[in-house]
Amino acid sequence: MSAVETTYREALRQALIDAMEQDPDIVVMGEEVGLYGGAYGVTKGMLEMFGPERILDTPISEPGFVGAAVGAAMSGLRPVVELMYVDFVGLVMDQLANQAAKIRYMFGGQIGVPMVLRSQGGTGRSAAAQHSQSLEAWMAHIPGLRVAMPATINDAYHLLRHALTLPDPVVFLEHKGLYTQKGMLDVSKPDGPWGKALVRRPGNDVTIVAYSKMVQESLIAADMLAAEGISAEVIDLRTLNPLDDATLVQSVRRTHRAIVVTEAHQTGGFSAELSARLHELCFDHLEEPVVRVAGEDIPIPVSPALERGSVPNAQLIAETGLWLVKRQAPGWAAE
Amino acid sequence: MTDNQLLLALYRDMRRIRSLEERVSEMFVRSETAGSMLHLSIGEESVAGVCRAMEAKDSFTTHHRGHGIFVARGAEPSRMLAEIAGKANGYCRGKGGSMHIADMGLGHLGANAIVGGGIAHAVGAALAYKRKKQKRVAVAFYGDGAMQQGILYESMNLAALWSLPVLFCCINNQYGMGTRVDRATANLAFDERARAFGLAGEIVDGSDVEQVHEAAERMLANARDGKPGLLVLTCYRFYGHARMDKSPYRDSAEEEQGRRRDPLQSARDKLIARKGAGAESLDALDAEIAAEMDNALEQAIAEHLPDIATMFEDVYAPDQPKPTPLRARLSAILSEMTR
Repeated sequence: MSAVETTYREALRQALIDAMEQDPDIVVMGEEVGLYGGAYGVTKGMLEMFGPERILDTPISEPGFVGAAVGAAMSGLRPVVELMYVDFVGLVMDQLANQAAKIRYMFGGQIGVPMVLRSQGGTGRSAAAQHSQSLEAWMAHIPGLRVAMPATINDAYHLLRHALTLPDPVVFLEHKGLYTQKGMLDVSKPDGPWGKALVRRPGNDVTIVAYSKMVQESLIAADMLAAEGISAEVIDLRTLNPLDDATLVQSVRRTHRAIVVTEAHQTGGFSAELSARLHELCFDHLEEPVVRVAGEDIPIPVSPALERGSVPNAQLIAETGLWLVKRQAPGWAAE
Repeated sequence: MTDNQLLLALYRDMRRIRSLEERVSEMFVRSETAGSMLHLSIGEESVAGVCRAMEAKDSFTTHHRGHGIFVARGAEPSRMLAEIAGKANGYCRGKGGSMHIADMGLGHLGANAIVGGGIAHAVGAALAYKRKKQKRVAVAFYGDGAMQQGILYESMNLAALWSLPVLFCCINNQYGMGTRVDRATANLAFDERARAFGLAGEIVDGSDVEQVHEAAERMLANARDGKPGLLVLTCYRFYGHARMDKSPYRDSAEEEQGRRRDPLQSARDKLIARKGAGAESLDALDAEIAAEMDNALEQAIAEHLPDIATMFEDVYAPDQPKPTPLRARLSAILSEMTR
């Protein structure tokens, strides 16, 4: 089958439908996943296709239905739970971090929790401080949880399909700013294997590491840098757990410079983990410190002007790259 | 089975619980347990009435005070004690311990050390049984402490809304750690809470195992038909919260009175009065159980601790990428040093 143009949202929906057709144990549960079709439309029409026994609208009881998904996953089902916004994860952190993540381990390997928790985060819709965060570090910190953050349409499909075959819990984080984006989907051809970071654009002067929507900003930044004569390599992490640091290290040992880009806040963020690993594993190869370009350490403001300013964009990444590689300080550089 | 035969069977179940818990305590005193986070269920043995009313295919989740439930559901005492001691042959290979013991073969979906943490799992298990058209019931056992947790009410609501085969079973031993239940809530009529969600709700005297068994049988049958309920056993926690707790928050008069609500003693008195068993034969049964538990204790103590390499196993499924051990990571970094 050849590639077709579709949207990130449609690719996710197609992945759910294709997986559910193959595996009768998959059920979808969450707020508004059925009759409403999903807050962002990912499960639209699926209630009609699969019926209320497999597409379960839940009350607004996040700990209750995520906990139920854990029990169901231990009892022969493979639940896909939609947590409408990742910001709500604070409500379900016990079920996720203390229960789902640890059940296999605490019980000595007797049983796993094959569930996928789909959620979405990020800015771009003026959804304000409680509906715009990027909280992946909270989940990536916990052993036992796999964390996937697709940046492309093809990955949206294939990473979700793969997550729905895994024996362990997966936190699958989409980006609200990507749902309507168009791109090519080839259902017969994944971008790469699960757990492998991919070079989305090869380059020699600096490595830009990103995931989710920041991959796109980084690719635009790489174009801007190319116009300045700088060859930037852009790596898409795709999954935070498993974490393929080998691909990053290989790249940075060659380019000798790295920028880590995340939409999430800088302090205590996953960008810090990546930076630490690069410093540890590439120390003698680095020309400059590994630089983090991350979200400001502020709550996400509602005004579009403020919201835009609170997270990195291509311009900022490119300016940082220019400074790092060519020592050309941007206009905002402090005296 | 006659009433007396049933009561004798329940007496035996309850004696095995108490006898096991006494060995847990002894194992601690002998410094053979993994830690001191050991919560004894002495005084709560009538939960055996629920356990015996369940069918073999039924499943359950428990809480931090769940030794008794597990042994009444068929656990091997030696493997339980081995797990409590952190031994390799314990139910969870020495990774879970007293508070996370589980056995899928016996339908034990896990003890939980987060108050209320396992309740929703029973609801999810029931959802799976319903979807797969299996006539199984999932029982969530927990204490009065969890009666004040939000997830319980979310779980009750889901169970009622989806007509799931669940029995919520609250063992009200009067204490959430050091806080007596009347200091934790203004309304002790827990059955009303269940009815508010459209569930059946009953409170029974936890010192009367026959009453517990009768109610459990009835409520399990209803649950199996998609009519979930809450069964509350009113008991008294004879000892402290955990092994180190000397209960400074309650006086000895209260304890003395509470310990008179002894489900074992009451079953024994009834058996003798109803000529279901003589005192001598009950003494012989007690001695037989004590020997069984002594033997289990010595077996568990003789078992070996797990190999340290097993620490990295079971974080993920065996065929999945494993965590990188610290020493491997450090070696990768430090072996690269060139200056």
